[in-house]
Amino acid sequence: MSTTQERRQEYRALFKQNVSKRLVVDKAVRIIVFACVIVAIIPLGSILVEVFKNGAAAISYEFLTEVPGSIGSGEGGIGPAIQGTLIIIGLSSLIGVPIGVMSGIYLSEYGDNKLAKSIRFFNDVFMEFPSIVLGIFAFLMIVLILGHFSVWAGAFALSLIMFPIVARTTEESLKMVPVTYREAGTALGLKKWVITFRIVISAAKSGMITGILLSVSRIGGETAPLIMTILGSSQFFSSMDVPMDALPLRIWRLSLLPYDSAQLQGWGSAMVLIIIILGINLGVRYYFASKKGNGILGQFIKKGASNKK
Amino acid sequence: MTALVSNPPTLNNSSISKPIPPPTEIEKKYKMIAENVTISYGDFPAVKNITMKFPEKSVTALIGPSGCGKTTFLRCLNRMHDMTKGAKVEGKVMIDNIDLYDKSIDPIYHRRKVGMVFQKPNPFPTMSIYDNVTAGLKLNGVRDKKILNEIVEDSLKMAYLWDEVKNDLKKSAIELSGGQQQRLCIARALAIQPEVLLMDEPASALDPIATQKIEETITELKKEYTIIIVTHNMQQAVRVSDYTGFMYLGDLIEFRETKKLFTDPHNELTAKYVQGQFG
Repeated sequence: MSTTQERRQEYRALFKQNVSKRLVVDKAVRIIVFACVIVAIIPLGSILVEVFKNGAAAISYEFLTEVPGSIGSGEGGIGPAIQGTLIIIGLSSLIGVPIGVMSGIYLSEYGDNKLAKSIRFFNDVFMEFPSIVLGIFAFLMIVLILGHFSVWAGAFALSLIMFPIVARTTEESLKMVPVTYREAGTALGLKKWVITFRIVISAAKSGMITGILLSVSRIGGETAPLIMTILGSSQFFSSMDVPMDALPLRIWRLSLLPYDSAQLQGWGSAMVLIIIILGINLGVRYYFASKKGNGILGQFIKKGASNKK
Repeated sequence: MTALVSNPPTLNNSSISKPIPPPTEIEKKYKMIAENVTISYGDFPAVKNITMKFPEKSVTALIGPSGCGKTTFLRCLNRMHDMTKGAKVEGKVMIDNIDLYDKSIDPIYHRRKVGMVFQKPNPFPTMSIYDNVTAGLKLNGVRDKKILNEIVEDSLKMAYLWDEVKNDLKKSAIELSGGQQQRLCIARALAIQPEVLLMDEPASALDPIATQKIEETITELKKEYTIIIVTHNMQQAVRVSDYTGFMYLGDLIEFRETKKLFTDPHNELTAKYVQGQFG
């Protein structure tokens, strides 16, 4: 049963002895993976640089707040588009996030059955759905039936994009929570929903937030479904039942125009859109990273609130 | 599962293969009684037809080699197998003469009577020390601040942790050392005012000093609680327990007063195990 000393020596001799060569390989691997990161980052970084370089010139108070001027004049701004983007992101999140989170909870905590398996499969398919198809769906379901373009249709289409992403990331982050916490909760005589909502979710929070932000960023840049639903407008928001503008739509329209001034405004709009999405990401992350608002930003918000008193 | 609700009288005669000696000669009140418990994962029986009686305000230790089913058995005393897919429990677990596995019974109410401490310390990571201790209370609807404070102090004192943490109860629970975390888990289990405390190798991940503290805690808790502890460590069983059950391959081989089981084992297997001939 036991191996002899000699045999063990033979085993040891089988190991590769080329340590110095392996150190070189080790280094090479590190360089290769780093190089790949650089290759990936260069185009992304240059897009950012390009957008900020070209867009910065367009930024002014008027540009950010005013309605678009006459075509090709280079006057006016993208106020309605910024407002519209914020409205559509907010509204879609209000619909998409709760439904997505709840579905994720179902899949993770109650999803040990065939139904959940098929839901999970369709959810994954849904996640990769071309957004224009969802836009057409919203167009058929809401715009055609109501007979006019509407903000609701846009929010509906975007929330359709949102919730598979939110559901999947929620499920994944909930599954990462060790079963021992659930057991501890069970042993304390807690009901399942209490364990899920008060213990498991608080442990999975950061992953869930990442998923939600991912989906927000995704819909923030969606253009195709918005063409089919909110159409675009040059006026500020007035009602849920009329067309509304949004930054991706504005960028698209401006980019199609042959005028230099329009192109400049297009770059400016792109820059604003990137800043908005970056801002939402950093803001939310920072707020939650600082433990329920005990960090600088949270204190800032609290101070603001207490000053109002 | 159907058998456990229906007619108890017939259960005793046929299915017991070997007699289980009563834990003690002295007439004691039993807090918990496990009757003909069989637990299987799929087709594999992990615990085979065990009957055990746990006297009130005493410590019962379950010992045995790895894989003998002692943890599996302990978990069934709290219906923790409800969470495990594929696990099936047959038999009866009586606590104060109520069958925990009766279909009309919601296990939640009984879990509140039975506290549990796990092998690895598992304090809730996002909560403070204070919140960990009060978790079972707050989430079960106790809101009175004064009462919560009282219970926190009492539970932490019983778990011998109070002096070490009383000044920073707001600190995150995961900043504590492993031994402190485990005592925090004991405090958390005690906070829901259980009558029975189940401990699954509570000291296996701890160093000797922390282990000693946990053992002191157990000895102290015995005055009020019925404690059932699973342990790998036979010395620990000798030190803390009044009764010891030796399990092997899913069978309860011997169950007697600790001193007698270790000094004068009836069964050959028990003798070999307690002498350290296998493990």
